[in-house]
Amino acid sequence: MCGVCGCGTEDGKATITKPNQSHSHDHSHAHQHHDHNHSHEDHPPKTVIDLERDILQQNNMDAARNRGFFEAKNIFTLNLVSAPGSGKTAILERTLTDLKDQHDFYVIEGDQQTLNDANRIDAVGVPVVQVNTGKGCHLESDMIFKAVKELNPKDNSFLMIENVGNLVCPSMFDLGENKRVVIISITEGEDKPIKYPDMFHTSDVCIINKIDLLPHLNFDLEKLKNYALQVNHHLEFFEVSATTGQGMEQWYNWLKKQNTK
Amino acid sequence: MHELSVAMGIVNIAEKETKKANKNKVTLIELEIGSVSGVALDSLEYVWDIAVKDTVLEKATKKFIFIKAEAKCLDCDTIFNVKNVYDNCPNCESYKNEIIKGKELRVKSLEVI
Repeated sequence: MCGVCGCGTEDGKATITKPNQSHSHDHSHAHQHHDHNHSHEDHPPKTVIDLERDILQQNNMDAARNRGFFEAKNIFTLNLVSAPGSGKTAILERTLTDLKDQHDFYVIEGDQQTLNDANRIDAVGVPVVQVNTGKGCHLESDMIFKAVKELNPKDNSFLMIENVGNLVCPSMFDLGENKRVVIISITEGEDKPIKYPDMFHTSDVCIINKIDLLPHLNFDLEKLKNYALQVNHHLEFFEVSATTGQGMEQWYNWLKKQNTK
Repeated sequence: MHELSVAMGIVNIAEKETKKANKNKVTLIELEIGSVSGVALDSLEYVWDIAVKDTVLEKATKKFIFIKAEAKCLDCDTIFNVKNVYDNCPNCESYKNEIIKGKELRVKSLEVI
């Protein structure tokens, strides 16, 4: 890391690099010292408050409250995350259509704008509320708290939270879910897990969608899984097509096993 | 741009603590940011002025304390520095690791008047 300008990812700043180009640059810096002649006694006394306080503490506390509520009512909660267009809503529609007669499902839809996704879920006949985040790029746990109040889910049910389509921001925000499910479709690149490691690092399950398109694409499924496992060796995979239904049975079997006490 | 949420989180903590100490404003805030915390510092800088406007932090100097990430290899127990969460163990090359440092995202201290 460069100690002067702070370039280098180790300190969290963005880096700009051309391929085959090593990074070097000069820094010039000039300090301007100034004399001052005002009395320090003019300043009010300073107090230092040592905090060591987690910045996301409020979100984490609200998430813990949600989690306690879900646990008490034996509601199994999933937080579905992905880039826009990976097929979160399509997977939900198919899952709900196939399983809604066997189990109680509830859905919270997160999008910046529109009721489109909620309308799609409503058409399946499952209770749903839409959270529109406006400019916000992710759901936070207090939004879930409010949405759950609206939904009033029954005991022993499933709550599916579809997060805002964004492979970066939602990773930092615990919603109180039991499991986080990252969805990637094979029309995206195999290296997405290492391009956006935080989301794969914080997820429990990885659903690979659109596998019906495999014959038409130059996509290496094993390469994708290897990258994902490098980021998070705990990940459990399901290869599905929400369009054809291929592979959905394994996903359903996993799901059904989750909310048995 | 989740950094705006992070910045608002910092503002909330600063507002509460300044009020609790019966003070009016923050002159210095120290923030501990882990290198794999998921926060892009330049984005945080970008939203900072908007987030702190008309708050106790408006005139505060902010100091970042970077915490370099470390992982422990789950196969051979080697502790090593990581740039990315998916870096493998330099000793046995395993990818099975646990991040033990570098996820921090904390307000370390406030100097208030």
